[in-house]
Amino acid sequence: MSLQQPPSKPASSPDGTHSNREHTWQVKANDRDFNNQFTKKGFLCFKRRKYADNVIKTRKYNVLTFLPFNLYEQFQRVANVYFLLMVILQGVPAISTLPWHTTMIPLLMVLATRGVKDILDDMARYRSDNEINNRPCDILHSGSFKAARWRDVHVGDVVRLRKNQLIPADMLLLSSSEPHSLCYVETADIDGETNLKYRQALSVTHEELHTEDKLAAFDGRVLCEEPNSQLHFFSGVLHWRGGQHPIDNDRILLRGFRLRNTHTCYGLVLFAGLDSKILRNCGRTVVKRTRIELLMNHVVLMILLFLLVTSLLLAVGAGLWESRFSGSLEAIVALSEGFSPAYWGFVTFWGYIIILSPAMPMALYITFEVIHLVHSRFINWDLQMHFPEKDTYASARSTSLNEQLGQIEVIFSDKTGTLTQNIMTYKKCCVAGTVYGNLPATSKKLKPVDLCWNRYADGKLQLHDELLMERLRSQEDQDLREFFRALSVCHTVMVEEKDGDLLYQAASPDEEALVTAARNLGFVFLSRTQDSVTVNELGVERHYHVLAMLDFSSQRRRMSVLVREPEGGLKLYCKGADIVIFERLAPDSPHRDATEKALDGFAEETLRTLCLACRSVEEGFYREWIDEHHHANMATQGRQQELEAAYERIENNLTLLGATAIEDRLQEGVPETIRTLKRAGIKIWVLTGDKKETAVNIGYSVKLLSSDMTILEGKDLRTLLEPMQEEKSSDSNNIPRLSKETVWTNQELRDLHKLGAQRKALVITGPDLEFILRASDSAGGAHGQQVELQKRFVELASSCPAVICCRVTPLQKARMVELVRRYQGVVTLAIGDGANDVNMIKTAHIGVGISGQEGLQAVQCSDYSIAQFRFLQRLLLVHGRWSYIRICKYLRFFLFKTLSFTFVHIWYSFFNGFTAQDVSDRASLQCPELYRVGQYQELFGYRVFSVTMLHALLTSLILFFIPFGAFLPSALDYQTFAVTVATAAVFTTTAEIALQIWTWTLPNALAILLSIVFYFTLTFMLHSFILHQTWPKDFLFPGASLSTLRDPYMWLIVLLTVTVCLLPSLTARALDTVLRPPDLHRVHSSEGQRMSVSTVELRSGFQRDQPQRRSSYAFSQERGFGERIASGTSLRKGKGSRRAGRQGLGEQQ
Amino acid sequence: MMASSYNAKEEDGQLSGAGGSGGVGAAKSKKPDNTAFKQQRLPAWQPILTAGTVLPAFFVIGLVFIPIGIGLFVTSNNIKEFEIDYTGIDPARPCYNCSQTLTWNSTKSCVCKVPFTLEQSFESEVFMYYGLSNFYQNHRRYVKSRDDSQLNGDATRLTSPSKECEPYRTSDGKPIAPCGAIANSLFNDTLTLYYINPNGTESLVPLQKKGIAWWTDKNVKFRNPGGNNLNNITAVFHGTSKPVNWQKAVYELDTDPENNGFINEDFIVWMRTAALPTFRKLYRLIEKKNNMIPTLQRGNYTLEITYNYPVRRFDGRKRMILSTISWMGGKNPFLGIAYITVGSVCFFLGVVLLIVHHKYGNRNNSAEIPN
Repeated sequence: MSLQQPPSKPASSPDGTHSNREHTWQVKANDRDFNNQFTKKGFLCFKRRKYADNVIKTRKYNVLTFLPFNLYEQFQRVANVYFLLMVILQGVPAISTLPWHTTMIPLLMVLATRGVKDILDDMARYRSDNEINNRPCDILHSGSFKAARWRDVHVGDVVRLRKNQLIPADMLLLSSSEPHSLCYVETADIDGETNLKYRQALSVTHEELHTEDKLAAFDGRVLCEEPNSQLHFFSGVLHWRGGQHPIDNDRILLRGFRLRNTHTCYGLVLFAGLDSKILRNCGRTVVKRTRIELLMNHVVLMILLFLLVTSLLLAVGAGLWESRFSGSLEAIVALSEGFSPAYWGFVTFWGYIIILSPAMPMALYITFEVIHLVHSRFINWDLQMHFPEKDTYASARSTSLNEQLGQIEVIFSDKTGTLTQNIMTYKKCCVAGTVYGNLPATSKKLKPVDLCWNRYADGKLQLHDELLMERLRSQEDQDLREFFRALSVCHTVMVEEKDGDLLYQAASPDEEALVTAARNLGFVFLSRTQDSVTVNELGVERHYHVLAMLDFSSQRRRMSVLVREPEGGLKLYCKGADIVIFERLAPDSPHRDATEKALDGFAEETLRTLCLACRSVEEGFYREWIDEHHHANMATQGRQQELEAAYERIENNLTLLGATAIEDRLQEGVPETIRTLKRAGIKIWVLTGDKKETAVNIGYSVKLLSSDMTILEGKDLRTLLEPMQEEKSSDSNNIPRLSKETVWTNQELRDLHKLGAQRKALVITGPDLEFILRASDSAGGAHGQQVELQKRFVELASSCPAVICCRVTPLQKARMVELVRRYQGVVTLAIGDGANDVNMIKTAHIGVGISGQEGLQAVQCSDYSIAQFRFLQRLLLVHGRWSYIRICKYLRFFLFKTLSFTFVHIWYSFFNGFTAQDVSDRASLQCPELYRVGQYQELFGYRVFSVTMLHALLTSLILFFIPFGAFLPSALDYQTFAVTVATAAVFTTTAEIALQIWTWTLPNALAILLSIVFYFTLTFMLHSFILHQTWPKDFLFPGASLSTLRDPYMWLIVLLTVTVCLLPSLTARALDTVLRPPDLHRVHSSEGQRMSVSTVELRSGFQRDQPQRRSSYAFSQERGFGERIASGTSLRKGKGSRRAGRQGLGEQQ
Repeated sequence: MMASSYNAKEEDGQLSGAGGSGGVGAAKSKKPDNTAFKQQRLPAWQPILTAGTVLPAFFVIGLVFIPIGIGLFVTSNNIKEFEIDYTGIDPARPCYNCSQTLTWNSTKSCVCKVPFTLEQSFESEVFMYYGLSNFYQNHRRYVKSRDDSQLNGDATRLTSPSKECEPYRTSDGKPIAPCGAIANSLFNDTLTLYYINPNGTESLVPLQKKGIAWWTDKNVKFRNPGGNNLNNITAVFHGTSKPVNWQKAVYELDTDPENNGFINEDFIVWMRTAALPTFRKLYRLIEKKNNMIPTLQRGNYTLEITYNYPVRRFDGRKRMILSTISWMGGKNPFLGIAYITVGSVCFFLGVVLLIVHHKYGNRNNSAEIPN
């Protein structure tokens, strides 16, 4: 493939599993010709360039391809093909009943309607593509940077980006304006996490590539893995000046990142456009079809089959009749033109296909779309889904999925930005056993504490506890001071001064919230150097010498700093999860119980909690410890373990200072919405890229989880799925044991089921999920056991009312949705706001985007967009339900109508020698499609379809045979007969609708009235003399209706027919009323029952201790900034750290 | 019927929670109208069906339908009808000979006389029908075999009839007028009615041949080429050929120019194809002359048939029907019986439902929640 064999020396990636990837992707900086030489096999024998350019193209058509592509798409519908066939058949004189253009016109109308809609959709896509492709960036071209657009970016280009710009393609960071070429990025669009992340350039490029000239002369070659969808891994090697420099994920800027707090940065484009990781994660756009539509297609197929069979039978009948009678009937025999009865049977077959074509609901598709459009408009117009703060309305971006909104069974929700606002607010604290920040229950409008005495206050903190303020300012309460001092000293936040204001940057939003809270209360963290922290404590500036930073890790779940106080004392401040801190407290530490109680209280309010502790360290112990620490730090093997052991030695014998409580603020109305949705029988799964603790905590605060639930976590899951694993690994000769194991598992599962629907929740993390999802990776044919495993998992998960998946990638999110779709066969909805939800939104039956946020990708890919999560309930429970009910009702009617007309034809066949006569295809044209009114609950499924079919059959029998009986011996002709039957049919269907309409509004009353008026007007028009005289051959019924409808006898026939037709449904309705309370009442009463059931206690073998859920502090899963602070790499120019740099950087590599 | 008027989606509106009414402040151009339609808050009327409203409906239907049915039945029974089959299948029947010898090609007319007796006198105006059985006048190819343009007086179509008429389009190179199978198979028996006076002499019953076709057909649908009121109708049809089975050309159907050519009423009636294979068509009217004398007295009559129309091949039957008429047309007890039946069924259902309601209906009252 490539001309030069890459020197495939694997990069030394920290993660062993990723190091052995082949590096077959070769990029040379500033050399487009070199990069363009790589080709891959494209369509047929054409070779295409291997590297995609950066142009995004989501539109489907251009001027030339529109017609063929669009027609191809449309003719995938059975009905359209059928009607095309119809047009062709009508062109055959021997068969045709109507001039071919009468069939052509409706077909063209259908195609045109759909086509126009597709054009409009495509235009919108085209515009959005253009917007993205024309975003600005600077590309290095022939020696200098020139302003360019995203579309101009190619692989191998060096690109310059400025603060707050979006990264246009996946790039290798070469250097930045910040010290050590650090580069801060916001990744919210990629993984949903909003805290700042940093990326750092290789030292070699950092040192060498400062100026434009040098960048222009840069001719490094990058060998790396092929484009893939893994957002958190990268492996590659930079070959430059004879050296080889491994590249890992920390050097890479991904498309969709936003540059923050970094003035400029330079990058080498590695993957552009479709090769970039985020687009790899996007998944394909598939045309979504609703269940109803699928069902409709099946029904159409069934009707088609039915038509074929019926036509065939009738044709056989015609053949038989022909051979028996026509030979003797001179009037007709001559018409046979010498052809055999078999021939006429054959012709009759096609004739019937035409005659029965009204049964083929083609108009259905048009009206279906019109209804959808109107429903979508209703959604757009809904004032109750208007979000005044951002002035955004709900919008139905896809117009064909409305009724599916009423069928949702599982909702997949993103967390950040969807459920939560991603704003952490300091709420409460407990110091020395006293809880501050509790609101008195009575006071509703409390004035926030005045913080104007503090010139550093940012004015955003809303604190309502005067007591805290008083005690703090009185400077007497040493506990309080120590507590806030700990907050202001023990952290890894970095500070930037800008226009006299302090800006904090933290690895986790919680940390930022805490430091900000301390700042507002007078303990202002001012600056940091590599080994010191400056704090303004209530107006007094104090410098703490930082001796050691015991950084956070997800195992330790705590962090500490060892500082020398200005007074000279040594102090260790520690903060961490409550269990971890409590384990390390000195035995005589005070306020233990009170704090624990306070923590329980916080947990009850679903606040995120954290404990703070401190200890004084004697000089002697310190010296001893620092040696050990240094030793551990220098260790070449097992450095991490040794360090942790050292940390362990000093982090004990602590004195408890207190606890903090942070609120992860939810979006408005989220818990209420979730409760409502749950009551509606909808399951809610939270899929988030965030940490487990955070996710679970949010689960509690949105009332998805409750404290009496059994939470199944990774461990339990593995226990449950273990037998599967063994089954997989062990050989087939071990069958008896295996089956036993399986039985055990089933037993377990049964136990689980006994837990009852309300009592379990499932929490699973990305890696565990990967184990389950892996099957989908292995090309298509997932082997049986893996499928079994997946099935089992989905079954288990579906039995839980709440499922939370954390640390999942966008692709995993989508796979999850797919898994549920595949094995559970339920209608799913995905809701999210960021680019990381795009794939999931595309995969689910219905994708909902939260609009009004910064990233627009989610909205652009969604089917519906709403401003707030809470609007979901209105979207689903009001619009969805109505839409569903209306559509079902409409469908049922449409089929009823068309089928009864069709059956009438069939009955008529028995009396005209099986040679169809078009009694009512005209009549069915005359039936205006206003039959879509009605708001009565009715499900549309195969059962209803067959009932409808039977009903239609019965109705048609009545429609035919009553007039038949009444006409039998009379001198009336077939035109009169046709008009009578058609009139009766119209009245029957109209009356049937009137019977079913639950609520009458003016428009639908008018619609019904109009449809009757319309029928008569049309009939009279079609039967008018003028039309007949102009086209005597096409309008054969002049005066037929006039003379028919003047006859009272006809009206009596119509009245009787209609009454008899309505009798079954009237009786059913009456029985319903007499025997059952109406639906509305049923809903109310069943709700009451459900609530009482859920209180029954069911405990089984899976009972466990109440899980500890207090320590829900959102530590960053990655390591904090601690190491960087200690090494000084992250500090700004001019602020401390003269010794900073090289050594730290060297250590990094 | 009980009904409640209410603001349709009131309770649903409550669902949307706190922010629902928030849109008031930000009145921007983007904002949708707060109209009842767009917000789906149209005033609605919701019929609430209860046993109290549904059950009476059944009784009402029953009570309305049974009288109608009885009325129809009585009316139908009062209609006097006489029907006689003159096909002559049975060798004993007068027309047997005619029926045996006749084919379409016969040039000589065969005349037979069928005597019959009216047991009752027919007081009012009498309609005289001919009836055919087993004649599939509704056969698809048959029905299509006509040229409505030609029948409507289109001069160009007169000389070149539509292809639909094949194989009855041309004959001997000349266009057929009227073309097509329907016209070709025109019923051409001539029926004459004689009353046999008590003294044994026959007196002709005057039969009126105009007024038997639909007004629209006679005046709109069918027109002679060059206008209806033409005296030299023969010239108009010059250059056309008569249908193969006809004995006379179309312009020889009658001497009355008002009833000749395409607007001959016998022809028009025939061209209005029947809906069913067994049908009757109006042939003549017998008007009431004198209020004192019934239109047709009871007694003996002779039907004289000029037997031209062969039906034996397709096993058909020919009938002559005499019938008085009422507002509901001819004699047909079906509708009356049907009405009575349906009315009774409704009544019966009402009773059953009432019983069901009383037996099982009460237990649900507790579950009902006031709306």
